[in-house]
Amino acid sequence: MRGFFLAAALLIATPALADSLMPAAEYANRQLPDPRKEEQAKALMETIRCLVCQGQAISDSDAEMAGDMRSVIRERIQGGETPEQVRAWLISRYGNWVTYDPPLEPVTWPLWAAPILLILAGAFLARNRFRRRKN
Amino acid sequence: MKRLILWVPLAVFVVFVGFVAIGLYAPAERTVPSALIGQTVPDFDLAPAIAGRPGLSSVSLRGNGPRVVNIFASWCIPCRAEAPQLEELARRGVPIDGIAVRDRPQDLAAFLATYGDPFRTIGADNDRRVQLELGSAGVPETFVIDANGVIRHQHIGAINPQDVPAIVAAWEAAR
Repeated sequence: MRGFFLAAALLIATPALADSLMPAAEYANRQLPDPRKEEQAKALMETIRCLVCQGQAISDSDAEMAGDMRSVIRERIQGGETPEQVRAWLISRYGNWVTYDPPLEPVTWPLWAAPILLILAGAFLARNRFRRRKN
Repeated sequence: MKRLILWVPLAVFVVFVGFVAIGLYAPAERTVPSALIGQTVPDFDLAPAIAGRPGLSSVSLRGNGPRVVNIFASWCIPCRAEAPQLEELARRGVPIDGIAVRDRPQDLAAFLATYGDPFRTIGADNDRRVQLELGSAGVPETFVIDANGVIRHQHIGAINPQDVPAIVAAWEAAR
Protein backbone atom coordinates (compact mmCIF):
# COMPACT_ATOMS: atom_id res chain seq x y z
CA MET A 1 0.00 0.00 0.00
CA ARG A 2 2.80 2.38 0.90
CA GLY A 3 4.51 1.46 -2.33
CA PHE A 4 1.34 2.32 -4.22
CA PHE A 5 1.12 5.77 -2.64
CA LEU A 6 4.80 6.34 -3.28
CA ALA A 7 4.38 5.40 -6.94
CA ALA A 8 1.29 7.63 -7.20
CA ALA A 9 3.16 10.52 -5.60
CA LEU A 10 6.04 10.07 -8.01
CA LEU A 11 3.63 10.01 -10.96
CA ILE A 12 1.97 13.31 -10.09
CA ALA A 13 5.19 15.06 -9.00
CA THR A 14 6.43 17.66 -11.48
CA PRO A 15 10.14 18.30 -11.79
CA ALA A 16 11.33 21.66 -10.45
CA LEU A 17 12.05 23.79 -13.48
CA ALA A 18 15.47 25.38 -13.49
CA ASP A 19 14.91 27.26 -16.74
CA SER A 20 13.14 30.48 -17.57
CA LEU A 21 10.00 30.86 -19.65
CA MET A 22 11.76 32.89 -22.31
CA PRO A 23 12.76 31.45 -25.68
CA ALA A 24 16.33 30.25 -26.24
CA ALA A 25 18.94 32.82 -27.21
CA GLU A 26 19.25 33.62 -30.89
CA TYR A 27 22.34 31.55 -31.68
CA ALA A 28 21.92 28.93 -28.95
CA ASN A 29 20.78 26.27 -31.40
CA ARG A 30 21.32 27.98 -34.74
CA GLN A 31 24.51 27.88 -36.75
CA LEU A 32 26.34 30.90 -38.05
CA PRO A 33 25.77 31.59 -41.76
CA ASP A 34 29.52 31.48 -42.47
CA PRO A 35 30.53 27.79 -42.28
CA ARG A 36 34.15 28.63 -41.51
CA LYS A 37 33.18 30.76 -38.51
CA GLU A 38 30.66 28.16 -37.38
CA GLU A 39 33.42 25.56 -37.46
CA GLN A 40 35.63 27.78 -35.28
CA ALA A 41 32.77 28.45 -32.85
CA LYS A 42 31.87 24.75 -32.67
CA ALA A 43 35.47 23.75 -31.95
CA LEU A 44 35.66 26.34 -29.18
CA MET A 45 32.31 25.32 -27.66
CA GLU A 46 33.51 21.74 -27.39
CA THR A 47 36.26 22.88 -25.03
CA ILE A 48 34.21 25.24 -22.86
CA ARG A 49 32.78 23.82 -19.69
CA CYS A 50 29.12 24.23 -18.84
CA LEU A 51 28.72 26.21 -15.60
CA VAL A 52 25.49 24.63 -14.37
CA CYS A 53 25.87 21.08 -15.74
CA GLN A 54 29.44 20.66 -14.62
CA GLY A 55 31.37 17.99 -16.45
CA GLN A 56 29.70 18.66 -19.80
CA ALA A 57 30.91 20.88 -22.58
CA ILE A 58 28.48 23.64 -23.52
CA SER A 59 28.21 22.11 -27.01
CA ASP A 60 26.69 18.97 -25.46
CA SER A 61 24.44 20.60 -22.90
CA ASP A 62 20.74 21.32 -23.02
CA ALA A 63 20.96 23.70 -20.06
CA GLU A 64 19.60 27.14 -20.82
CA MET A 65 22.78 28.80 -19.60
CA ALA A 66 24.87 26.66 -21.95
CA GLY A 67 22.62 27.83 -24.80
CA ASP A 68 23.17 31.45 -23.77
CA MET A 69 26.92 30.85 -23.71
CA ARG A 70 26.83 29.25 -27.18
CA SER A 71 24.93 32.25 -28.46
CA VAL A 72 27.42 34.73 -27.01
CA ILE A 73 30.37 32.73 -28.37
CA ARG A 74 28.83 32.55 -31.86
CA GLU A 75 28.07 36.28 -31.82
CA ARG A 76 31.61 37.15 -30.73
CA ILE A 77 33.12 34.92 -33.44
CA GLN A 78 30.69 36.41 -35.94
CA GLY A 79 31.86 39.85 -34.83
CA GLY A 80 35.44 39.00 -35.80
CA GLU A 81 36.99 37.77 -32.56
CA THR A 82 39.28 34.76 -32.72
CA PRO A 83 38.35 31.65 -30.70
CA GLU A 84 41.36 32.24 -28.44
CA GLN A 85 40.19 35.80 -27.71
CA VAL A 86 36.77 34.48 -26.73
CA ARG A 87 38.39 31.80 -24.56
CA ALA A 88 40.55 34.45 -22.88
CA TRP A 89 37.43 36.52 -22.19
CA LEU A 90 35.71 33.55 -20.56
CA ILE A 91 38.82 32.73 -18.51
CA SER A 92 38.95 36.35 -17.33
CA ARG A 93 35.41 35.87 -15.97
CA TYR A 94 35.44 32.31 -14.62
CA GLY A 95 39.09 31.35 -14.33
CA ASN A 96 40.78 28.36 -15.97
CA TRP A 97 37.97 26.24 -14.63
CA VAL A 98 35.83 27.15 -17.62
CA THR A 99 38.12 25.68 -20.27
CA TYR A 100 38.90 22.03 -20.97
CA ASP A 101 42.09 23.20 -22.64
CA PRO A 102 43.92 24.87 -19.74
CA PRO A 103 46.85 27.14 -20.59
CA LEU A 104 50.41 26.13 -19.64
CA GLU A 105 51.05 27.69 -16.23
CA PRO A 106 53.12 26.86 -13.15
CA VAL A 107 50.14 24.98 -11.68
CA THR A 108 49.37 23.04 -14.84
CA TRP A 109 52.83 22.13 -16.16
CA PRO A 110 52.83 18.66 -14.49
CA LEU A 111 49.93 17.78 -16.80
CA TRP A 112 52.25 18.15 -19.77
CA ALA A 113 55.47 17.05 -18.08
CA ALA A 114 54.13 13.88 -16.43
CA PRO A 115 53.73 11.82 -19.66
CA ILE A 116 57.22 12.81 -20.84
CA LEU A 117 58.75 11.96 -17.47
CA LEU A 118 56.93 8.61 -17.40
CA ILE A 119 58.14 7.73 -20.92
CA LEU A 120 61.70 8.63 -19.92
CA ALA A 121 61.44 6.48 -16.77
CA GLY A 122 60.03 3.63 -18.86
CA ALA A 123 62.83 3.91 -21.40
CA PHE A 124 65.37 3.86 -18.60
CA LEU A 125 63.83 0.72 -17.06
CA ALA A 126 63.59 -1.01 -20.44
CA ARG A 127 67.19 -0.18 -21.26
CA ASN A 128 68.44 -1.73 -18.03
CA ARG A 129 66.32 -4.77 -18.61
CA PHE A 130 67.53 -5.40 -22.16
CA ARG A 131 71.11 -4.93 -21.09
CA ARG A 132 70.69 -7.62 -18.45
CA ARG A 133 69.24 -10.03 -21.03
CA LYS A 134 72.35 -9.71 -23.22
CA ASN A 135 74.56 -10.90 -20.41
CA MET B 1 68.79 -2.72 -3.35
CA LYS B 2 67.48 -4.89 -6.21
CA ARG B 3 64.75 -6.25 -3.95
CA LEU B 4 63.71 -2.74 -3.02
CA ILE B 5 63.45 -1.61 -6.63
CA LEU B 6 61.04 -4.46 -7.30
CA TRP B 7 58.58 -2.74 -4.97
CA VAL B 8 58.74 0.61 -6.73
CA PRO B 9 56.01 -0.13 -9.33
CA LEU B 10 53.66 -1.29 -6.58
CA ALA B 11 54.42 1.84 -4.55
CA VAL B 12 53.72 4.04 -7.58
CA PHE B 13 50.49 2.15 -8.18
CA VAL B 14 49.39 2.58 -4.54
CA VAL B 15 50.08 6.32 -4.72
CA PHE B 16 48.07 6.48 -7.95
CA VAL B 17 45.13 4.61 -6.40
CA GLY B 18 45.38 6.94 -3.42
CA PHE B 19 44.98 10.00 -5.66
CA VAL B 20 42.04 8.41 -7.48
CA ALA B 21 40.35 7.49 -4.19
CA ILE B 22 40.77 11.02 -2.83
CA GLY B 23 39.35 12.43 -6.05
CA LEU B 24 36.41 10.04 -5.93
CA TYR B 25 35.46 10.48 -2.30
CA ALA B 26 36.21 14.16 -1.72
CA PRO B 27 33.05 16.22 -2.17
CA ALA B 28 33.22 17.88 -5.57
CA GLU B 29 33.65 21.65 -5.72
CA ARG B 30 30.31 22.79 -7.10
CA THR B 31 30.68 26.54 -6.95
CA VAL B 32 32.49 28.54 -9.61
CA PRO B 33 33.64 31.86 -8.15
CA SER B 34 33.88 34.91 -10.36
CA ALA B 35 37.40 35.77 -11.46
CA LEU B 36 36.49 39.46 -11.23
CA ILE B 37 36.61 39.82 -7.44
CA GLY B 38 38.92 42.75 -6.70
CA GLN B 39 38.36 44.24 -10.14
CA THR B 40 36.14 46.99 -11.46
CA VAL B 41 32.69 46.03 -12.66
CA PRO B 42 32.77 45.55 -16.45
CA ASP B 43 30.76 47.98 -18.57
CA PHE B 44 27.12 47.13 -18.98
CA ASP B 45 23.81 48.93 -19.31
CA LEU B 46 20.57 47.08 -18.61
CA ALA B 47 17.12 48.39 -19.49
CA PRO B 48 14.52 48.55 -16.70
CA ALA B 49 13.04 45.11 -16.05
CA ILE B 50 9.81 46.53 -14.68
CA ALA B 51 7.85 49.69 -15.41
CA GLY B 52 8.48 52.63 -13.09
CA ARG B 53 11.82 51.35 -11.77
CA PRO B 54 15.19 52.34 -13.24
CA GLY B 55 17.39 49.73 -14.88
CA LEU B 56 20.98 49.12 -13.85
CA SER B 57 24.24 50.13 -15.48
CA SER B 58 27.88 49.86 -14.50
CA VAL B 59 28.02 53.68 -14.47
CA SER B 60 25.36 53.89 -11.75
CA LEU B 61 27.39 51.44 -9.63
CA ARG B 62 30.48 53.65 -9.61
CA GLY B 63 30.72 56.44 -7.06
CA ASN B 64 27.43 55.59 -5.44
CA GLY B 65 28.67 54.13 -2.20
CA PRO B 66 28.97 50.41 -1.56
CA ARG B 67 26.05 48.49 -3.00
CA VAL B 68 24.79 44.97 -3.14
CA VAL B 69 23.83 43.57 -6.53
CA ASN B 70 21.54 40.57 -6.42
CA ILE B 71 21.23 38.38 -9.50
CA PHE B 72 17.88 36.63 -9.38
CA ALA B 73 14.90 35.42 -11.39
CA SER B 74 11.26 34.72 -10.73
CA TRP B 75 11.69 31.18 -12.12
CA CYS B 76 14.51 30.46 -9.66
CA ILE B 77 13.25 28.53 -6.65
CA PRO B 78 16.16 29.33 -4.26
CA CYS B 79 15.54 33.03 -4.98
CA ARG B 80 12.21 32.68 -3.20
CA ALA B 81 14.00 31.22 -0.19
CA GLU B 82 16.45 34.11 0.02
CA ALA B 83 13.82 36.87 -0.35
CA PRO B 84 13.35 37.36 3.44
CA GLN B 85 17.12 37.74 3.86
CA LEU B 86 17.21 40.44 1.17
CA GLU B 87 14.42 42.22 3.03
CA GLU B 88 16.52 41.98 6.18
CA LEU B 89 19.54 43.47 4.37
CA ALA B 90 17.39 46.34 3.09
CA ARG B 91 16.05 46.88 6.60
CA ARG B 92 19.62 47.23 7.84
CA GLY B 93 20.18 49.98 5.30
CA VAL B 94 22.00 48.01 2.59
CA PRO B 95 21.05 49.35 -0.86
CA ILE B 96 20.17 46.44 -3.15
CA ASP B 97 20.17 46.56 -6.94
CA GLY B 98 18.66 43.69 -8.85
CA ILE B 99 19.56 41.97 -12.09
CA ALA B 100 16.62 39.88 -13.30
CA VAL B 101 17.85 37.06 -15.49
CA ARG B 102 15.64 36.04 -18.43
CA ASP B 103 12.51 37.27 -16.76
CA ARG B 104 9.23 38.37 -18.30
CA PRO B 105 7.84 41.59 -16.75
CA GLN B 106 4.56 39.96 -15.71
CA ASP B 107 6.37 37.05 -13.98
CA LEU B 108 8.75 39.47 -12.29
CA ALA B 109 5.88 41.66 -11.03
CA ALA B 110 4.12 38.60 -9.59
CA PHE B 111 7.36 37.45 -7.94
CA LEU B 112 7.97 40.85 -6.31
CA ALA B 113 4.35 41.04 -5.14
CA THR B 114 4.56 37.59 -3.55
CA TYR B 115 8.07 37.48 -2.11
CA GLY B 116 8.84 41.11 -1.38
CA ASP B 117 10.60 43.88 -3.23
CA PRO B 118 13.79 45.26 -1.62
CA PHE B 119 15.29 46.44 -4.94
CA ARG B 120 16.16 50.05 -5.72
CA THR B 121 16.74 49.29 -9.38
CA ILE B 122 16.16 46.18 -11.48
CA GLY B 123 17.94 45.62 -14.77
CA ALA B 124 16.62 43.14 -17.33
CA ASP B 125 19.34 40.68 -18.37
CA ASN B 126 17.25 38.93 -20.99
CA ASP B 127 20.08 37.15 -22.80
CA ARG B 128 22.25 36.53 -19.71
CA ARG B 129 24.98 38.63 -21.24
CA VAL B 130 25.63 40.69 -18.11
CA GLN B 131 25.57 37.62 -15.90
CA LEU B 132 28.34 36.12 -18.05
CA GLU B 133 30.16 39.46 -18.08
CA LEU B 134 30.19 39.45 -14.26
CA GLY B 135 31.47 35.89 -14.05
CA SER B 136 28.32 34.72 -12.33
CA ALA B 137 27.57 31.04 -12.80
CA GLY B 138 23.92 30.88 -11.78
CA VAL B 139 21.01 32.34 -9.86
CA PRO B 140 20.86 33.51 -7.18
CA GLU B 141 24.19 35.21 -6.68
CA THR B 142 25.01 38.37 -4.79
CA PHE B 143 27.89 40.79 -5.30
CA VAL B 144 29.12 43.50 -2.95
CA ILE B 145 30.46 46.46 -4.96
CA ASP B 146 32.38 49.30 -3.34
CA ALA B 147 32.11 53.04 -4.02
CA ASN B 148 34.66 52.86 -6.84
CA GLY B 149 32.75 50.11 -8.61
CA VAL B 150 35.17 47.37 -7.53
CA ILE B 151 33.68 43.94 -6.81
CA ARG B 152 34.60 43.12 -3.20
CA HIS B 153 32.59 40.04 -2.35
CA GLN B 154 30.54 37.36 -4.04
CA HIS B 155 27.96 35.16 -2.41
CA ILE B 156 27.04 32.11 -4.48
CA GLY B 157 23.62 30.57 -4.01
CA ALA B 158 20.71 31.62 -1.83
CA ILE B 159 21.45 33.89 1.15
CA ASN B 160 20.49 31.94 4.23
CA PRO B 161 19.76 33.70 7.55
CA GLN B 162 23.23 32.79 8.83
CA ASP B 163 24.83 34.44 5.76
CA VAL B 164 23.37 37.89 6.44
CA PRO B 165 26.07 39.10 8.91
CA ALA B 166 28.89 38.22 6.45
CA ILE B 167 27.22 40.19 3.66
CA VAL B 168 26.54 43.19 5.92
CA ALA B 169 30.18 43.02 7.07
CA ALA B 170 31.43 42.91 3.46
CA TRP B 171 29.21 45.86 2.62
CA GLU B 172 30.49 47.86 5.60
CA ALA B 173 34.09 46.95 4.77
CA ALA B 174 33.55 48.25 1.22
CA ARG B 175 32.74 51.76 2.45
